[in-house]
Parts: sequence; structure tokens; C-alpha cells
Amino acid sequence: MIIELGHYALVLALATVIVQSILPLVGTIRNDRSLMAVAPAAALAGFLLVLFSFSVLTFAYVVSDFSVANVWENSHSLKPMIYKISGVWGNHEGSMLLWLLILVFFSALVATFGANLPERLRANVLAVQGLISTAFGLFILLTSNPFLRLSPAPAEGKDLNPVLQDIGLAIHPPLLYLGYVGFSVCFSFAIAALIDGRIDAAWARWVRPWALAAWSFLTAGIAMGSYWAYYELGWGGWWFWDPVENASFIPWLAGTALLHSALVMEKREALKIWTVLLAILTFSMSLLGTFLVRSGVLTSVHAFATDPTRGVFILAILVIFIGGALSLFAFRAATLKAGGLFAPISREGALVLNNLILTTAAATVLTGTLYPLVLEALTGEKISVGPPFFNLTFGLLMLPLLLAVPFGPLLAWKRGDVFAAGQRLFAAVGVALVAAAAVIYAQSGGPVLAYFGIAIGFYMIAGSITDLSLRAGIGKVAGNVAFRRFIGLPGSAFGTALAHIGVGVTVIGVIAVTAFETEHVVEMKPGMQVEAGGYTLTFDGMRRGQGPNYSEESGHFTVARGGVTVTDIWSSKRMYTARRMPTTEAGIRTFGFSQLYVSLGDAMADGGIVVRVWWKPMILCIWIGALIMMAGGVVSLFDRRLRVGAPQKARKVKPVLEAAE
Amino acid sequence: MTRKQKRLAVIGGGVAFLVAAVLLVMFAFSQSIAYFYVPGDIAKANVPPGTRIRLGGLVENGTLKRGEGSTITFTVTDTLATVPVTYTGILPDLFREGQGVVAEGAFGTGGLFVADTVLAKHDETYMPKDVADRLKAQGVELSGKETIK
Repeated sequence: MIIELGHYALVLALATVIVQSILPLVGTIRNDRSLMAVAPAAALAGFLLVLFSFSVLTFAYVVSDFSVANVWENSHSLKPMIYKISGVWGNHEGSMLLWLLILVFFSALVATFGANLPERLRANVLAVQGLISTAFGLFILLTSNPFLRLSPAPAEGKDLNPVLQDIGLAIHPPLLYLGYVGFSVCFSFAIAALIDGRIDAAWARWVRPWALAAWSFLTAGIAMGSYWAYYELGWGGWWFWDPVENASFIPWLAGTALLHSALVMEKREALKIWTVLLAILTFSMSLLGTFLVRSGVLTSVHAFATDPTRGVFILAILVIFIGGALSLFAFRAATLKAGGLFAPISREGALVLNNLILTTAAATVLTGTLYPLVLEALTGEKISVGPPFFNLTFGLLMLPLLLAVPFGPLLAWKRGDVFAAGQRLFAAVGVALVAAAAVIYAQSGGPVLAYFGIAIGFYMIAGSITDLSLRAGIGKVAGNVAFRRFIGLPGSAFGTALAHIGVGVTVIGVIAVTAFETEHVVEMKPGMQVEAGGYTLTFDGMRRGQGPNYSEESGHFTVARGGVTVTDIWSSKRMYTARRMPTTEAGIRTFGFSQLYVSLGDAMADGGIVVRVWWKPMILCIWIGALIMMAGGVVSLFDRRLRVGAPQKARKVKPVLEAAE
Repeated sequence: MTRKQKRLAVIGGGVAFLVAAVLLVMFAFSQSIAYFYVPGDIAKANVPPGTRIRLGGLVENGTLKRGEGSTITFTVTDTLATVPVTYTGILPDLFREGQGVVAEGAFGTGGLFVADTVLAKHDETYMPKDVADRLKAQGVELSGKETIK
């Protein structure tokens, strides 16, 4: 009964979002305020209904109700509770329901916090959100219904793919979707502006918090996914340029560009048309990502589904929304007044460079991801575009951007002085050179490019700190004044610095682990030793164990340095009983920012076992950097000057004036 | 600089960057694309040694042999032809005889395929799409276990 209520709530939600997409639009055309006022109420109702429906599905998983086909296919009564819950979105139907839930959640947020948006804008934004919700609501009900029943109910479920039974899966998809889907709000704002044919600096000010929030979640989601793949798959890799990873990375690149261009639009009222286009493109890339992952056109770890009807349906959604948005853009762009021009050497000039490079990089990754699909569709020829392609193109394109990043915040708006900025960066360059020299001393014999890359990372970190200290006047004014100024700096200054520092930290991690990691594949018998990263691992033997829904064989290793035992590592292979599926549970030990990574291979006839041992220097920097970037986004979000949603009546007129400067 | 010259400088710089990016992408494609073959295509395609390709098919029953240390040899088949493969490293969890596999690498001398990456299917009901398509195209009946979900 409760399952049917959940199903019914989903149907009601669909009806609600249809109302949300039609009535407010009619209202803005007819200038009917009562129709426009329907939007927030409908958005809230739609959110509550989908939330109820999602809770019902979760409930079915928690109580292991195998009369629901979706639960039977993806759960097992012996599965730990956390994976019963995360299993809700560990499959196609459930994850689409989560997608929809997050979409309507954002609509509800706009309805709640958008109280001081202009009435017409808010109505239009919510109507567009309603249209997207309608498309995905239909998709779920028609092709991917999680509430279908089985009769008679099976006694036991088929269990979740064991690779997905991990705390990483509990967190990664919701974060990723909060990012992916969060960009829908920017998209809706862009469409709403195009419908109205009016756009100004205030628009950018309203869009930027949403872009920042979505971007922060997406950053965290991608980092989480990368770390999950790293420790769960047992291959020791942290980024594979897998199409599914690219599907989330392309919106991230576009979204990063959007954040920066919205800044130019807000401060200088330039790049208006470009920013609107970027807002459309960013969410289009999210939709494309959903299509790639959900339609089964790809085959990779993440592609749980292969069903052509679903693929065609999502493709239709993709074509309608991207095509519709771009047509509207082409039709209306001419009526939007272009902003003023500016000097190439200026803060806005630097931000244009950022946009140029980020969008080109996004286009490159997109090309590499889609080319095999397009070629196969056209000629039947099958190719794979692998990491070498992406490393070469993406790496080279990013290089000038990384070098330019510290210059950006040091250049003035309107007219900057690149030589003065360069002089201020002398200290940062010095720090970078010292750091590179230290790395050469500690780890000589690596490729020259690696030392250069690490120097760039340190240069970015030191450059961002330089910017903050110059703003605070450290060294120019008395210490306590500088400290007070430092504390008083706007949140966005800290946000910028943190985000850029994060990029630097990630660069250091990426370069260090790529250039200096060591890998040993050896056949070991108890008592044998292997060296990695200055540590000696001694294999002590194997042990059998039993988990709730799996059996495992674990190898025990003692880790010593200079003859002294420092720690030990368990590394296991598991066999999940229900699916007869083995997984590798790598043994990982952290030393500072570096890690020892041990995974087990096959047992040999003579009692030995193949062991793969990696030393991963500075690898944690990759994800710590991403977390710092995310923190930068969050800090910017709480900048008082940006808090548009807050109910402050005076704000309503102010932004336009402020932005005019 | 006049307004017009500035505009030209900005646009010119942008276009130059884009052209450089396009050239880079084309260069990278020419360097790093791996074509996909099943054993039956290999004889026809005449792949020169040293060219990176992806080889897909089924691991032939009874051919998996472990050599020195972690070196492994096996034979990939599409039931029409077979290709011997050698690989050093740890096989994926789901690598099994009689099941789908994609090996990436290049031919060495004497027709032996030296793989540096071996991908196996991700669960018991799934097989690499490339393999399934080719096998179907060659008229191989896939038994229940090997068909795509």
C-alpha cells in the first residue's frame, strides 16, 4: 500500500510541475500576478511530493520489500543498513528519482529564497525549472519506474553490485547531482532572461550564488568519485579519462568558466551575451552527461543500464532543451544590448582569457569523449580515445591558464598593469623555485617537466597568498592594522584565493604522483619482502574471513622503515555471495600526504600470491586541493555582498547602482 | 591603441588560441587513437607490430597459463580465429576463462599480442559492448550468460 502511495505521489508531482511550467508563463505573458504567484507554491508542493515518493522507495529498501522489482534487483536482506539506503540510488531507476528530487529541491530553493527577485523573472525561472522537472518526471514514470511490483514476491534479493557497496557510493552521486542539477537554476535564469529579452548586471548577481553552490557541490562530487575509484577499484588510478568521468568534468569546466564570466558581467556589465550562452551550455553539458551515463551508449563501470528506449527518451529531452534554448538564444541574443569593450590587459581581460581556455579545454574533452561514439555511428569503425589524448591536449591547454591565474586578481578592473603585477609576483616565483629545488634535492632524477609542474603548483599557492597580503597591506601598515584589514577582507577575496590555492595543491599532487610513483608487481610467499617509497613490506600470510554478505581472503603485511616496524596493512579479495562476484579491497596506509597502496592478485599453485604495491607520493594533495577549491566556493557564497536571496528589501534597487560603479 | 585595434587584438588572440587547440587535438588524435579488433579481423587488417590496438573477444577455455612471476598468457578468440596474448600484472577481478575481455597493447614479433591493459567485464551478465557487437556480427550465438543485459 505504502509503495502505491509513493507511486501516486510521483504522478501527482508530475501534475504539479506541469502546472508550475504552464501557469506562470501564461501569467507573465498576460501580466497576471495571481498566475505568476502559482509558481512558488507549485514548486514547493512538487518538492514535497517527490520527497515523499523518494522516502517511500528508501523505506522499501530499508525493510527489504522484495515485492518491489527495483528493490529485488538491487538489494539483499543481509546487506548492511547504510548500503541498503545508498542502494536506492545505486541503480538506474533510483538514481533518476534522486536526480528529479534534487531538481525540484533547487526549484523549491528558488521559490523560498527568491522572494525579492523581480516577480516576472521568478515566475519565468520557476516555469523553466518546471519544464525540466516535467521532462524528467515523464522519463521516470514512462521508462524507469522504480515502483513496479513483482508477484509473487521473491524471498531474497539479487544484491547490489559489490563494487557499489561502499561508503563512497553513499556520498558521491548525491554530491555530483547537487552539482550537475544545480546548474539547472543558471539555465533557467538564462532562459527566463531571454524570454523577457532583458538582462543586466543584477541578473549576474542573482545567478552567481547558484552557480557557486552548484560548482562547489560538483567539485566535491568529482573529487569524491575520483577517490572512490582510487581505493575501490584496486587499480591505484585516480582518474581514467573514462567517458563517465568526463561527463561530470565537462560541466565542471564550463561551470568554472561561468563563475568567472558572471563576475565580469556583474562588475563591468560586459560579456552579457556570452554569460547567458555559457549558462545554457553548462547545464546542456550536465544533460549530455546524464544522457551518456544513463542511456547505456557507453560501457564503463558506471553504466548500469542498457535499454535503448531510455536512451532515445533522454536524447529527445536533450535535443528539445538544448535545441530550444539555443534557438531562443539565437532569436533573442541580438536584442540583448552588448556591454562595453575593455582593455585586453585588465581584470576582465584576464577573466576572458580564463573563459577562452576553460571553454576550449571543455570542448577538447567533449571532442575526445564523443568522437568514438560519432565515428561508430557514422562508419561502424570502433576506436578508443584514451588517457594519452586527454593528457596531451588538456595538459597543454591548461598550462597557460595555470601560469596566468595569479595575475588575474592582481590586475585592476578596466586597465591593469601586467608588469606591476609581475613584479608583485617575484616573491611567489621565488617560493616556487625554492620548492622545486627542494623537490630536486629530495627526489632527484625525475623528468624536468615534473619539477616545473610542481614549481607551478607552489607559484599558484604563493601567488594567491601574495594577493591576500597585498590587499591587507601586510608590510606596509602596522601589524595589527594589517591583521584587522585581513580579517575584514570580503569573503569573495578569500574565496578566490582559496580556490586558486586549491588548484595549486591539486597540481602538486597530480604531478608528484604521476612522475614519482613507484609500482612493483611481485609474487610473494609468507616471509618475503618488497620495498616501496623507503618502506619495507613483509608479507606475513593470508587469513580467511566472513562478512555479512561476502567471504574474504586477506593478506597481512608488516610495514617497516629503517628496520623499525611502523604499521601494518591488510589487503583483501572479497567474494560477494549473492552475485558470485569478486572485488579487490586494497590495503592503504597514509604517511603525511603520501600513501602505500597494496592490492592482491591471484593465488599461485605453489602457495604464493601476486601482490601489487604502489608508493603514491603526495597523492592526497589531489583531493585535498579539490576540497580547498570547494571551500573557496563556499566562502564566496557567504560573502555578504552576494547574499541576494536574503530578505533585505533595500537590496532590490541597490545592485544595479553598485554594479555601475 | 584605438578601440578597433584593441578589439582586433583580443579577437585575433582568441582565434589564434582556438586554431592552436584544434591543431593540438588533431595531432593528439593521430598519435593516440587505438582501433578495436576481434581476432577474426586481425588477419584481414594486417596490423603492423608496435601499433596500439584494442583486442576484444572471449578468453578461450583452457588457455590461461601463468608463467614467471606475474606474467600471464591466454588466448583470445571470437570462435573464428584466435590470438595469443601475454600480459604482466594483476588481472582484473572478473577475468575468467570463457568470458569477455578487452586487451589493449600492440603486437610483438611472431604474432604474440603484448597487452599492457586488460579490461574484463564488470559483472556476470555484462560483456564489453564492442565484443558483443562484433561477435554477433560474426554470427556467434551468445549463450545466456554472455548476452548484454
